[in-house]
Amino acid sequence: MELRNFRIYRGDSDGGEMMDYQTEVGKGMVVLDVIHRIQAEKANDMAVRWNCKAGKCGSCSVEINGKPKLACMTRMNEYDDDETISIRPIRSFPIMRDLVADVSWNYEQNKRIAPFKPDITKKDSNGDYHMMQKDVDRIQEFRKCIECYLCQNVCHVLRDHDKKDIFVGPRFMIRVAGLDMHPLDTEDRIPDVKDEYGSGMCNITRCCTDVCPEHIQITDNGIIPIKERVVDRYYDPIKWLTRKLMGKSK
Amino acid sequence: MESSEKLPLAYTSRTDRWWVEPIWTGAGFLAFVFYTTWSMLQAEFYWFSAGVEGFGGYLSPFYSPLIFINPTANGAAPLDHAWFGSWPGWWPKLIPASPAILILIGPLSFRMTCYYYRKFYYRAYFLSPPACAVAGIPRKKYKGETTLLVFQNLHRYTLYIALGFIVILTYDGIMSFFRGGKFGVGVGSIILIINPILLAGYTFGCHAFRHLVGGNKDCFTCPNGKTTKRYRLWKGVSWLNGRHMLWAWLSMVWVALADVYVRMVAMGRWTDFNTWGM
Repeated sequence: MELRNFRIYRGDSDGGEMMDYQTEVGKGMVVLDVIHRIQAEKANDMAVRWNCKAGKCGSCSVEINGKPKLACMTRMNEYDDDETISIRPIRSFPIMRDLVADVSWNYEQNKRIAPFKPDITKKDSNGDYHMMQKDVDRIQEFRKCIECYLCQNVCHVLRDHDKKDIFVGPRFMIRVAGLDMHPLDTEDRIPDVKDEYGSGMCNITRCCTDVCPEHIQITDNGIIPIKERVVDRYYDPIKWLTRKLMGKSK
Repeated sequence: MESSEKLPLAYTSRTDRWWVEPIWTGAGFLAFVFYTTWSMLQAEFYWFSAGVEGFGGYLSPFYSPLIFINPTANGAAPLDHAWFGSWPGWWPKLIPASPAILILIGPLSFRMTCYYYRKFYYRAYFLSPPACAVAGIPRKKYKGETTLLVFQNLHRYTLYIALGFIVILTYDGIMSFFRGGKFGVGVGSIILIINPILLAGYTFGCHAFRHLVGGNKDCFTCPNGKTTKRYRLWKGVSWLNGRHMLWAWLSMVWVALADVYVRMVAMGRWTDFNTWGM
């Protein structure tokens, strides 16, 4: 065990400040362990959201030395012994208290997305649907999302430009991608992707992919493929002309 | 700071060296652009065949295809290699008679609209943002790729141009193994055949290509549950796509290296070691 220095944000929606703490850190400890130790020893009223402590619930998203991370998956041995480690709440959402941010805006975005609408003609005689694994592999990657909202936090469209009114953010772009690429789904979400969810606001700087603790290729496998589908529908002049000549709407 | 506040440029709590990546990528690409522009304006020393006539020789990839040729320029290709003959008389005197001027816009447009390049130049040049969790240039009206940058959506058309260049540069690579119609191998042959391989690795891993070969499908095994050729193709393209950044840099550096090599050999500064003995 050795004594280490920390700076942790303390405050609420009215404001706050970084406060200094010292605590002993042992082998194998993660940042969430440290927060709990400080909470137990020195700051009983410090708020932190956590649950599984295994990187699967997505609750303990914070910014450690400025980098958006899960506190439970960030090992203390990543940092130098003499380094003062700063811990802040995620920046893109309003602070509720200390390390807890209000991420409820994200739940509202989820409600805006048209749900899964399967093709009922593809039911077999028992009323079951069948899919080949090859067709499902691509969309299963997006189901790994634990909704930690680190991608939403780091997306500069939401973080720097605060365009929450016109862009749903990377988490919901991959939710749309997962539905739109589903082999049984029949809902057409592409007009909404462009006009309501704001796909054009994303300029592919890939920070969402960089911070994803589930290593989902958000940009390459989710956002860009869905942007290309928007191109098919709205920007490709040859496809547009072909649709006009063939009398098709999409 | 509250999330709704506009932060000053480069505001961050990050303590690592976040500025290294935008600097090296920005400087690296800028160096390439400077060299390419300089080379394009030279209009000479882009061809080497040791003075031997007939099929074969080294052609700088920046100058290929040889749409027109000014045969009086130093280190120029023989006139019979030109697609449309000698340099046209209407060409303005102020602009060098360089085939590269007519060519480079094609590959450059492909790279400038490439999804990987967009990542790095939005970060390095537009500072939008310079790095993750680092504040970009404060703007009143951020529009993303919806207004001025809406042309980025035509990336697939620049892909079609780039695919044509793969064919042309492969032909040049094969041609580099001949001199006066005789087969052989030189250092230049190896450089010029690796060039289209790297460019193919980059071009065939393109996100737009990945979409067009299969990504636009929701079902890869329809209608009979069997794996389709498009699925196999999509898987192959996806493999390349996962390494798109690597292919992008390798192919970019190599194409410049190929031009440097042909230029230096054509100028007589470097000796081309080869099996022809000339």
